[in-house]
Amino acid sequence: MTRTALAALLSHWRRRPGQLATLLMGLALATALWSAVQAINAEARASYDRAAGELGLSGLDALVRPGEPLAVVDFVALRRAGWLVSPVLEGRVAVGAGPPVSVLGVDFLSAPPGALPAGLAGLGEGEEPALLFTAPGVAFAAPALAERLRQAAPAGWPEIRADAAVPPGQVLTDIGAAERMLARPGEIDRLLILPDQPRARPPLAEVAPGLVREAGREQGEIARLTSSFHLNLTAFGLLSFAVGLFIVHGAIGLAVEQRRGTVRTLRALGLPTARLVALLLAEVVVLALVAGAAGVALGYVIAAALLPDVAATLRGLYGASVPGVLSFDPGWAAAGLAMALAGALVAAGQGLWRVARLPVLEAARPRAWATVSGRALRRQAGAGAVLLVAGIAAPLVAGGLGAGFALLAGLLLGAALTLPLALSAALALGAARARRPLTQWFWADTRQQLPGLSLALMALMLALAANIGVSTMVGSFRLTFTGWLDQRLAADLYARAGSGAEAEAIRGFAEARGAGLLPTAEVEARLDGAPGTIRGITDHPLYARSWPLLSSAPEVWTRVARGEAALVNEQLARRAGLAPGDPVGLGPGWALPIAGIYSDYGNPRGEAMVALPALQARFPQAVARDFGLVAPAGTGADALRAALVAETPLTEGAVIDQAHVKQISLAVFERTFAVTGALNVLTLAVAGVAMLTALLTLATMRLPQLAPVWALGLTRARLGRLDMARSSLLAALTFAAALPLGLAVAWALLAVVNVEAFGWRLPMHLFPRDWAVLLALSVAAALLAALVPARRLARTPPAAFLKVFADER
Amino acid sequence: MLIAARDVTKTYPTADGPLTVLGGVSLTLDRGETLALTGESGSGKSTLLHLLAALDTADAGEIEVAGAALSGLSDAGRAALRREKIGLIFQQFNLIPSLDAGANLAFQARLAGRHDPDWCATLAGRLGLTDVLSRYPEQLSGGQQQRVAIGRALAARPQVLMADEPTGNLDEASSDRVAALMLELVAETGAGLLLVTHSERLAARAGRRLHLSGGRLAGAGTHARGAAE
Ligand SMILES: Nc1ncnc2c1ncn2[C@@H]1O[C@H](COP(=O)(O)OP(=O)(O)O)[C@@H](O)[C@H]1O
Ligand SMILES: [Mg+2]
Repeated sequence: MTRTALAALLSHWRRRPGQLATLLMGLALATALWSAVQAINAEARASYDRAAGELGLSGLDALVRPGEPLAVVDFVALRRAGWLVSPVLEGRVAVGAGPPVSVLGVDFLSAPPGALPAGLAGLGEGEEPALLFTAPGVAFAAPALAERLRQAAPAGWPEIRADAAVPPGQVLTDIGAAERMLARPGEIDRLLILPDQPRARPPLAEVAPGLVREAGREQGEIARLTSSFHLNLTAFGLLSFAVGLFIVHGAIGLAVEQRRGTVRTLRALGLPTARLVALLLAEVVVLALVAGAAGVALGYVIAAALLPDVAATLRGLYGASVPGVLSFDPGWAAAGLAMALAGALVAAGQGLWRVARLPVLEAARPRAWATVSGRALRRQAGAGAVLLVAGIAAPLVAGGLGAGFALLAGLLLGAALTLPLALSAALALGAARARRPLTQWFWADTRQQLPGLSLALMALMLALAANIGVSTMVGSFRLTFTGWLDQRLAADLYARAGSGAEAEAIRGFAEARGAGLLPTAEVEARLDGAPGTIRGITDHPLYARSWPLLSSAPEVWTRVARGEAALVNEQLARRAGLAPGDPVGLGPGWALPIAGIYSDYGNPRGEAMVALPALQARFPQAVARDFGLVAPAGTGADALRAALVAETPLTEGAVIDQAHVKQISLAVFERTFAVTGALNVLTLAVAGVAMLTALLTLATMRLPQLAPVWALGLTRARLGRLDMARSSLLAALTFAAALPLGLAVAWALLAVVNVEAFGWRLPMHLFPRDWAVLLALSVAAALLAALVPARRLARTPPAAFLKVFADER
Repeated sequence: MLIAARDVTKTYPTADGPLTVLGGVSLTLDRGETLALTGESGSGKSTLLHLLAALDTADAGEIEVAGAALSGLSDAGRAALRREKIGLIFQQFNLIPSLDAGANLAFQARLAGRHDPDWCATLAGRLGLTDVLSRYPEQLSGGQQQRVAIGRALAARPQVLMADEPTGNLDEASSDRVAALMLELVAETGAGLLLVTHSERLAARAGRRLHLSGGRLAGAGTHARGAAE
């Protein structure tokens, strides 16, 4: 019995392979989209982590002695007292004719994991670790440099080995070997403080008086910004999930619906309901798994095709090699399959529930799949309105990231559910204004088809809204961020001094060259009771000209320069509810009125800015280590940079030039655009397939509606053209609904989700030209979807129309 | 007794209040007997047939089919009864569109686990379908489709055949041929036949006639042929 029934159910697909293909394709594309986003997101995250590790941005705090190197006795004293620290010695040496080489000496035994480049091959298998410490030792360099050094290395240097994990231009070796290479015996630049320290240890001031704890170099602003970008990609993943769900729902619902007749006959002929439901369920599961697997594979291909871009960006950004190869993660593959399965089951649930619950004859009544009553439409729109209101209320009543995502979900689902009623109302309006009978029929007929198309149109709307939302978000990001970089990095070069000597060298260099100098010092402090950073700055007209202030009191820079007022970043102001004029606590017994609030994208922490002398009066250990340099007229940033690196002990890595940073961050956004653009096109394609499926199905059911119009004198070709016009009309109307939704989604991402997650808000920019393109694209997709059914209609033999009349009796 | 129904009622809720379609209907059908049920369109003939075929449940009254009281059966039990004991023929043929004529003809027999290829071949021959067995329903004429449906209903050797307007969708010529074939085969297999029709010509060929009107049955005389009482 089971086999016979199953064969009958499956024979449907054998007879209609095209339909099976569309169903599988819709499901597979939806899954592909979802898993591609997952894959890109996961891989990009991993890449950024790797890249951050390669930069040595371990974020570890370190101990330094301002103005002087440390000695081995300091290290020994600290270790004896129970402090877990690891020494670092850095410097540059000239080798032959080429550029000087940076030497980084570490203690391989005590160095914390984050301090060494990720993926460092190190010694070969079976080699004694002692090889590293006993002269001459072993050093690691990027292949090109290793090659050069092998030929030109001075006598007494360690054996050079090529290791791709070491950043170019750098030699990584044991600190003992570094002492010899740099001719600085017994010296230590920094002592890295390991993250896990024993509980009981004497205070630093006791063990090592004169040493200063320096906050770890945090990840660069760009790297920090990426975490926000990832959150937004995740949101995009959610959107594509929603689109996928709608499409799967439509496709599976259709498959169940189309076999109503067969299902009814099977039941009438004596197939028990439970068995029937089990068979249909098994079929859905198998279909979902097959299509899901294909979708995951396709998603992998898409992600792999897009990833080289991402990898190339990272290479440019960090000068380090990031494998541009996507690694297969079973996690997101499983997630993709689960999404296909869950979507299919939810979609099939409704149909199966009906099959299971209703008496045989109820199912026998040709249920009007394509004719939903006005009341059902209103009920659905009512549910949508409730979701909309709940979503909008979520951030108002509850805070947190959850509320932000609830807002997104409420907006999307609510709007999708209200769409059919809105479209129906728009079409009714059109019908009321139509004069000619054919136009009247056109509007009315379009309205009649709405229920059959509504799922596909909902999917289209979500796809469009996702498209608008995400590109608005990324575009706003790009505009704001590059503008902000212009302001924030207004100096030509930024140099960081590793020691007091280096700081002096920079000052001397600037004076000799006539370059403008903007020194800054940073100290850790409690800002309004929470941990944060105070930045000390010296007065310079560049600040007044370019520092990105969001709001300010009059005479802001003069007052700050005089030490009478402070500036705080947006994060701190939002968190503590501060406005210009309010006092901000900068430590025990020190508070200043706020003169202005500045934007500080990507920084998770609170920050305040005061005049450097005022800071040093309170925090004697605040020494200026960061220097902005403004090139004098007639000198380019490149020349200044070259001179700085040549004339001071600063390493290449310690000097950042502004144009380079800007160029890199722009490149990141360009790639991002390419990636999201590709995903957007895919989302639209998926929605297009959904339209095609729905239209093809409607076409078979529409003959009875079209036959009378044909009999009244409309050619089949004309009917086909009208069908295409109908499709584009619906797509255009859907776009009109999607535009405000997309903008609302973008707003929610920028102003709610981002603020909740990172404490700063991005201003929203609008890109009307993109909308025009999108409108054209969606109409094109609808036309394309309508083309096949329209051509089929134009070729329908007149006999088929006549049969409609013959059957009607 | 193949079918025994007593005081069966059925009421549908409608927008204008409850609509009583059957207001206490009783009838019996014996083995080998052919019974025609006539009545105006909308008089409740299909409703009654659906109740007797265990496709729907009565509000009150008792129905026994092939010795089983329908009210005591679960959904699975009713499905089994339809599968094993009843052959159904509909006005709309209700063939499975994705199976060819041969597969459709053998379908119920297979479902019931009683597939007899020889019997199916015999039926196909008798119904004049041998040459079209590999065609799909959409490639068959209405008369051919209904003959496949008759074959399907008889292939599992049911005890009772229930046909709802079996010729309602056919022109007069094929209608006569289909009806003749059906009656002939029923007589040969010894099954009972409940034939719902509004066609006087067709009803006249049954052994006994009942007329449904105003929710009640009235005898319309017993024809000489085929009566077993
Ligand atoms: N599911 C139902 N709900 C409401 N009314 C129904 C339903 N099924 C049948 N009817 C009504 O019951 C009456 C009898 O229908 P039916 O048995 O199909 O008549 P017949 O087969 O004699 O033409 C008709 O008025 C019909 O509209
Ligand atoms: Mg009827």
